[in-house]
Amino acid sequence: MTLDKDKKLSVRDWVRNGDPFIWINAAAVSISVVAVIGILVLLAVRGFGHFWPSNVLEANYAQPGLAAQRIMGEIVETESIPLEQLLSAGVKIETDKAFVDRTLIKQGNRDVTGTDFVWVIEDFIGDRKYPEAIMTIERREWGNFYGYLLGVKEQGQPVQTDDNWAEFQRRIERALDLHGQIEGIEKGAIGAINYELERLRLSERGLDLNKGLSSAERATRMADINADRAVLDQEYSVLQKQLAELYQQINRDSITAKAINGAEVEIQLAMVVHANQPNGMGLGEKAFAYLLKFWEFLTDEPREANTEGGIFPAIFGTVMMVLLMSVMVTPFGVVAAVYLREYAKQGVLTRTVRIAVNNLAGVPSIVYGVFGLGFFIYFLGAEIDRVLFEAALPAPTFGTPGLLWASLTLALLTLPVVIVATEEGLARIPRALREGSLALGATKAETLWRVVLPMASPAMMTGLILAVARAAGEVAPLMLVGVVKLAPSLPVDANYPYLHLDQKFMHLGFHIYDVGFQSPNVEAARPLVYATALLLVVIIALLNFSAVALRNHLREKYKSLEM
Amino acid sequence: MPNTDTLQPQSAAKSSIFDDSLGGWRKAKDRLANFTITAGGMAVLLAILLIFFYLLYEIIPLFKSASLKPVSSYSLEDSRGAGSEPLYLAMEEQAEVAVQLRSNGQIDFFAANSGKTVKQFQLPLTAELTAFSLHSEQQPLLAMATGGDVLLAKPVYKISYPNDKRLITPQIEYPYGEEGISVSEGTINKIAVRDTEEQLLLLAEVGGQLEGIRLVKEEDFLTEEILLEEEILNLPEIDINIEWLLVGPDQRWGYVVSKRGDYRVINLNSEEIVDSGRLIAKGQVTNVRFLLGEISLMISSDQGEIQQWFMVRADGEPPRLQNIRSFQGSDSAIKLTAPEHRRKGFLAVDSDNTLAVYHTTSGRQLLSQSIADASSNITQLAISPRAKALLTQNEKGEFSYWKLDNEHPEVSWQALWEKVWYESYPEPDYIWQSSASNNDFEAKYSFTPLAFGTLKAAFYAMLIATPLALCGAIYTAYFMTPVVRRKVKPLIELMEALPTVILGFLAGLWLAPFIEKNLPGVFSIFLLMPVGVLLFGFCWSRLPDSLRLRVPDGWHAVLLIPVVMFIAWACVAASGNLELLFFGGDMRAWLTYDLGVSYDQRNAMVVGVAMGFAVVPTIFSIAEDAIFSVPKSLSYGSLALGATPWQTLVGVVIPTASPGIFSALMIGMGRAVGETMIVLMATGNTPVMDANIFEGMRTLAANIAVEIGETEVDSSHYRVLFLAAFVLFLFTFVVNTIAEIVRQSLRKKYGSL
Repeated sequence: MTLDKDKKLSVRDWVRNGDPFIWINAAAVSISVVAVIGILVLLAVRGFGHFWPSNVLEANYAQPGLAAQRIMGEIVETESIPLEQLLSAGVKIETDKAFVDRTLIKQGNRDVTGTDFVWVIEDFIGDRKYPEAIMTIERREWGNFYGYLLGVKEQGQPVQTDDNWAEFQRRIERALDLHGQIEGIEKGAIGAINYELERLRLSERGLDLNKGLSSAERATRMADINADRAVLDQEYSVLQKQLAELYQQINRDSITAKAINGAEVEIQLAMVVHANQPNGMGLGEKAFAYLLKFWEFLTDEPREANTEGGIFPAIFGTVMMVLLMSVMVTPFGVVAAVYLREYAKQGVLTRTVRIAVNNLAGVPSIVYGVFGLGFFIYFLGAEIDRVLFEAALPAPTFGTPGLLWASLTLALLTLPVVIVATEEGLARIPRALREGSLALGATKAETLWRVVLPMASPAMMTGLILAVARAAGEVAPLMLVGVVKLAPSLPVDANYPYLHLDQKFMHLGFHIYDVGFQSPNVEAARPLVYATALLLVVIIALLNFSAVALRNHLREKYKSLEM
Repeated sequence: MPNTDTLQPQSAAKSSIFDDSLGGWRKAKDRLANFTITAGGMAVLLAILLIFFYLLYEIIPLFKSASLKPVSSYSLEDSRGAGSEPLYLAMEEQAEVAVQLRSNGQIDFFAANSGKTVKQFQLPLTAELTAFSLHSEQQPLLAMATGGDVLLAKPVYKISYPNDKRLITPQIEYPYGEEGISVSEGTINKIAVRDTEEQLLLLAEVGGQLEGIRLVKEEDFLTEEILLEEEILNLPEIDINIEWLLVGPDQRWGYVVSKRGDYRVINLNSEEIVDSGRLIAKGQVTNVRFLLGEISLMISSDQGEIQQWFMVRADGEPPRLQNIRSFQGSDSAIKLTAPEHRRKGFLAVDSDNTLAVYHTTSGRQLLSQSIADASSNITQLAISPRAKALLTQNEKGEFSYWKLDNEHPEVSWQALWEKVWYESYPEPDYIWQSSASNNDFEAKYSFTPLAFGTLKAAFYAMLIATPLALCGAIYTAYFMTPVVRRKVKPLIELMEALPTVILGFLAGLWLAPFIEKNLPGVFSIFLLMPVGVLLFGFCWSRLPDSLRLRVPDGWHAVLLIPVVMFIAWACVAASGNLELLFFGGDMRAWLTYDLGVSYDQRNAMVVGVAMGFAVVPTIFSIAEDAIFSVPKSLSYGSLALGATPWQTLVGVVIPTASPGIFSALMIGMGRAVGETMIVLMATGNTPVMDANIFEGMRTLAANIAVEIGETEVDSSHYRVLFLAAFVLFLFTFVVNTIAEIVRQSLRKKYGSL
């Protein structure tokens, strides 16, 4: 060895050793690791970045051959492209550089300019500044507004004040408060009344269908229904009046603002969600605004065809669906695993069932969706409607995609996950423990219930967590059996029976697909999709890590029992 | 191993000892548990069978034959029409009311199943009809010639619901007036009519030659009245005996056919004969009718053959009438044919009174059934618009009403997997196009482009995933130090849990534009990555030992992480310069214009990379387990005999683990084939058949996701999508079963070592 110490390897020896192959194999691992981390980092950067109130640039933009103009907006990204591509696109540019930088600017003001985003060429930008007075207004319609505040108006008359901005903020507070009240009435009270009215309509229809009813009884029941209806109509008109009043109040205030192209715009405060002046904000203020927006993202409803606002209904729908699915999949999965491991004779049949379970895990998820649509919805659902919800026909109740069917389909989809994990857990329990229990006179069921299942419970949890993680990320089957882009209400509310299994719901994964690919304004929606994707990844990663941790914990626990 | 630690049910001897201590309640509980758990286990097996059989249940109707049942037979009560010929028989939408036109101009409406008269009309004709033709099944405009005049009439049905019962009131409308249109000076022997929004065209045979007029409709912009402007066509001389005369849907082609089978095609715009020839080699033509859509001519012969012909425009050649396919039911002469009103199917009755039901696209004969004995000669045949009922009339004037069940004629093995010559296509082709806006659309259900797309996507995904996953698995299981392995394995497996919708979204919205922008860079990554890694490895071996030995064995991968990142970054950064240097500044344009390769932004390469990363963890995890579980004694033995680690790996470990590696690849393949969201989001979803890596595809799974929401339940399209799901199910079932069996045999083989 000492002799060889300074001897350098020749290329030939190096190859003969097999070293190059080892390096190539190692590279495959490195690439995979870099890719996984890269994807996570990409999602994190784009997803978290979305909520930061970025500075607003104001600059001069003079493209040769076109009139110079002022531009204003947030810088989204900058990239350099070969000069050729610009020239072939018809841009007149004289430079000896091979590459030209161009910048994507979010200029907002869709109502004024028509487009939210504009590409500008760096070379033509001049006179950059970040004036503190520029304000960013997030609106309920038309996207963001960038511009200068000119004045605040009340009932169309200018308000005399020395601090327009403070006045503006004060009035936004008031408008937001009113907006909350309006939402409360429209979604809550009026929603409940509509729900009751629909139930009355159905019971009336039920009376029509009930042939065995005597006419006298029918008349008394009809009278009850009509009385209820009159009460509801009465309540409704009261609420209607309240609403009209609130609307009048919320429409009191407006502001005038100047966009960068000189247009003076009047913005109703009813339409404003936030307004701030990011260029003048300190780091602390920005961080606060960031957290506020992030909170809003988690708890608000989506706006503008899902491209803005929050994703609360999607989170809620995902959680509900996953909960229901867990309730359905756990008993079946555990029972099946116990059967395979503890009860069945280990023969051809058990082997077949095992292979079938493994196959079930490999069947494409879309096939489950097709099965769910055909069997659960059009077969079972239609049958349920015919028997139980005759009054509502021809409008289907369960004969249409909904929460129940989605959960059931996913329960079937995740069944193999639970079975496999539970079986693994059962296999790890030493035989001696079972024999001990049986020797003490316990029956097989008692041994199972008192000894085997408690010890296997962490394995079941692992299975369930993995199933939940799988279900939370699955989209293809859900598209067929119950997920919609915008559900009018949550599947749980204050109206009897509180949990509406027949309702369609929103889902995080489908939200990503829908907003990213079906939305009319993909560019504007993109940051939101990244944020949603990040949220989904975080949820699923947490679930997975906890499953892994639980599994390891379990292994440690029973290691000493194995001999 | 797993079999041994399972408890078998208690033996009889054991329970007899404990009989006294086991209270009734406990015993019952034990029995109950036994029963429930067994039932639960069986339920799982049942669930799998249920999926299989339910899919099967949905697709079996696709391949069922048609069936025909007689309902009633009757003669019409009223015999006013005696002595005149029946010319036309049809039923309305509900198949409740039938209509018959006779040559004396009498139109009878009667109940289709009983013959009870509903209403009778006498057309305002001056004499017996000399020629008659029907515009089309869907638009039953009747053109009736007496001498040189043509009367156009149309039966219409008004539906009302007095007392909640459907009442159908038939009426006759005269869209061009009751006077008739003067077409010719002579007597019209044959007539053809074609009516469109813009103009009405009448073509007539008078004394062996063609005459025709075109009435151009113009709206008077003041009174909004339709004015007709007459143009007389100047048609070429016809040198055959005109027996059948037809006009195509856009009034472009006129077809004349003789009994012998000679045909001439006339371009009615340029007024010249564009094609001529003979339709049948032997025998005589017995009937010529349009198929739904009036594109195809169905030619029946006295040899029992029915041929489909339509105008085909091959590249650069003038359009010609071509024989597309033939149907041969029996050798008896075909007497009557009737096209379906909503589908590209038709019925034929031969001289033995055997009724056959065909569908052109699928090339299927769905039924062949005798509908009358030889003594009664069937003379008229009508099919209801929904193809649920048939009405036949024999020469004695007796009607028979039949119920027809023919739900899904469009699908056959041939239509699904082989090339089909669709209407208006220049040649047979594989096409998936399940729906269109017009009613006379020919549904094209070819699975071939979808299956091709599925395999193409899976192929490119496996191309990326196989080397990455297998090499990664080999290194992780065999070379990597345990410390790193414990970190790396869960990390890569985490990727398996990453929802594919996220990968798909990244592929479609981030990767696709990124690749498009940095095409040369991306290609140079593929080329330079191995080179760069090898270079680094070699340089590493040349480093002085003092430095080199500081990093223990099995840390190669960690060392390479910055290298990999650097190479990737450098390639992307140099992308623009490469593009400038080699491709004139724009590689996309270079591909399109210099190589003639079309480039879609969302293409197979994007799918390959994205789906590749989705299957890497699947393959990696199973292959890694297989390699890692190869008994250490085997490799130690090899090493002790003087083999290098690499030689041990190639000569001992990999062959031992190969069934496991194979099963990993199969399972990965199964996943790539069934993956939906990535393909849905990262391709254009166009069902093209092209192996080009820069073009998109549509896969079976994505196709289901795109289309199943919009189909009518239980329609042919719906069932075809179920069939697609079944194909996917079977494919993955077979692949997974093979993988599982291989894996189990591996376990058995090395369980003892």
